[in-house]
Amino acid sequence: MIELKDVNYGYGGADLLVGASLSLGAGSFHFLTGPSGAGKTTLLKLCYRELQASSGRITLFGQDARDMGRDDVSDLRRRVGVVHQDCQFLDHLSLAENVALPLLVSGHASDPGNLKELLGWVGLGDQAGSLPAELSGGERQRAALARAVIMSPDVVIADEPTGNVDWEMSQRLLQLLIELNRMGKTIIIATHDMNLIRAAKAQVSARVVRIKDRRLQIAGADL
Amino acid sequence: MSGGTQGRAVFSAETAADRVVPPTGFTARLTLFAAAAMAFLAVFALALSLATGRLADRWASELARTATVRISTTQDQRVAQTRAALKVLETTPGIASARALSLEEEQALLEPWFGPAMPIASLPVPQLIEVIEDENGYEAEGLRLRLMAEAPGAVLDDHTRWRRPLVQAAERLRTMGWIALALIAATTGAMITLAANAALSANAQVIRVLRLVGARDKFIAAAFVRRFTLRAFSGAVGGTLLGMLAVFMLPGASAEGSFLTGLGFQGLHWLWPLSVPPLAGAVGFLATRLAALRVLKGLM
Ligand SMILES: Nc1ncnc2c1ncn2[C@@H]1O[C@H](COP(=O)(O)OP(=O)(O)O)[C@@H](O)[C@H]1O
Ligand SMILES: [Mg+2]
Repeated sequence: MIELKDVNYGYGGADLLVGASLSLGAGSFHFLTGPSGAGKTTLLKLCYRELQASSGRITLFGQDARDMGRDDVSDLRRRVGVVHQDCQFLDHLSLAENVALPLLVSGHASDPGNLKELLGWVGLGDQAGSLPAELSGGERQRAALARAVIMSPDVVIADEPTGNVDWEMSQRLLQLLIELNRMGKTIIIATHDMNLIRAAKAQVSARVVRIKDRRLQIAGADL
Repeated sequence: MSGGTQGRAVFSAETAADRVVPPTGFTARLTLFAAAAMAFLAVFALALSLATGRLADRWASELARTATVRISTTQDQRVAQTRAALKVLETTPGIASARALSLEEEQALLEPWFGPAMPIASLPVPQLIEVIEDENGYEAEGLRLRLMAEAPGAVLDDHTRWRRPLVQAAERLRTMGWIALALIAATTGAMITLAANAALSANAQVIRVLRLVGARDKFIAAAFVRRFTLRAFSGAVGGTLLGMLAVFMLPGASAEGSFLTGLGFQGLHWLWPLSVPPLAGAVGFLATRLAALRVLKGLM
């Protein structure tokens, strides 16, 4: 579904990622790990074409990322649900409206029953009318996950989705992602929470990819 | 989104799709005010154009393309001078035809004043020559000088010629009125472009989020376009109504037909200013759409 081949990327200065190759097949489950500032968020942004590789080749759903027009990028983002590290909500809209935003912008009707169920699923049934600013960091991350999956995307990309939540809630969010994976979705989660990775590995066959010294490595059992 | 559904949505109440862009009170009020002021000015420019157009047409139709040459001289000189004058007239550029009136015709002209029994032949009635100019017109001063040289008793009487510069002035004013209208439309477009650009950069983060969740440029542009179209339209409705009221309260056209008192709308011309708000809406639509699509293309 998403393939990176010999990708280099740098923000103007020295390259942050060198020779990165990664293949996210349909139904696969990946963890992306590495120290803070290693380039996890950057790598994920390359996967939903928020950024473009300086060299190398990125293929998204069979299409070369370089050849994608602006509308192609919009279509891509309807097939890839993203939990952004900084959530990216519209501050003047309610939580429910933010979660339903992907439906609105793609011209789909939103079913109030489904929306309510989805909010209940992430434990935000009572906060539907709240503004994002009125929510805690953990609540915002759960809402971001709800928004990421509302279009029933083929791929879910989660950038540190458990960064601001307690252990119990992070287990619950992980459970949601595992459930989605069992439904056939492709999942990639950036995290440096090793306990989370271990908990997941007990339930699904997840691959762990690590960014170390600007390079991507497949982590072995040593994590 | 097809053009049709977009067009309809422009005038519908604020929908969920409009709410994705947060309301901006200040730009909204400025746009409303600018649209209203421009519409007010447009109504006056329209009144000026229509009124001067009316004047130009009326004066032009009153401008008969005829003049008269009168030959007052002694009876024995009369025939010779008439012939000389006709020769001058025939060789003057800008004159389509020149014809000496017969005795009977002159009698018919004088009859209303002196009655049919007037022995015109025995009176020193001047010989009249009817001159019809072509569309280019002739040069009156030159003609006068040549007539004076060839037929000293000939006097050129071009009573309606003085109106010609007035007709020209009225036509110029009408043209200026239309130019003013075009400038007003262009200025409205420029102001809305500026306001739309300001709104777009103020909402850069909103646009970023919308792009991230899969919104196409068209969807994002439409949210801004609907706003500004509605603002331009409703501002222009207010300005147009005020402008029409102001024109209505101008002193009415007086019987003397003096130029200043004729400045207003007459009859069906009152419908013309009603086209100002839709035009303002169209200008708002185009200006915002172009601005939005251009700005969005420049974003990642
Ligand atoms: N827009 C940007 N412009 C310049 N440098 C950036 C930008 N975004 C991130 N960086 C830098 O790139 C490095 C990697 O960032 P990031 O991908 O967010 O790492 P991680 O998610 O692994 O913490 C950091 O040093 C960060 O400062
Ligand atoms: Mg990060």
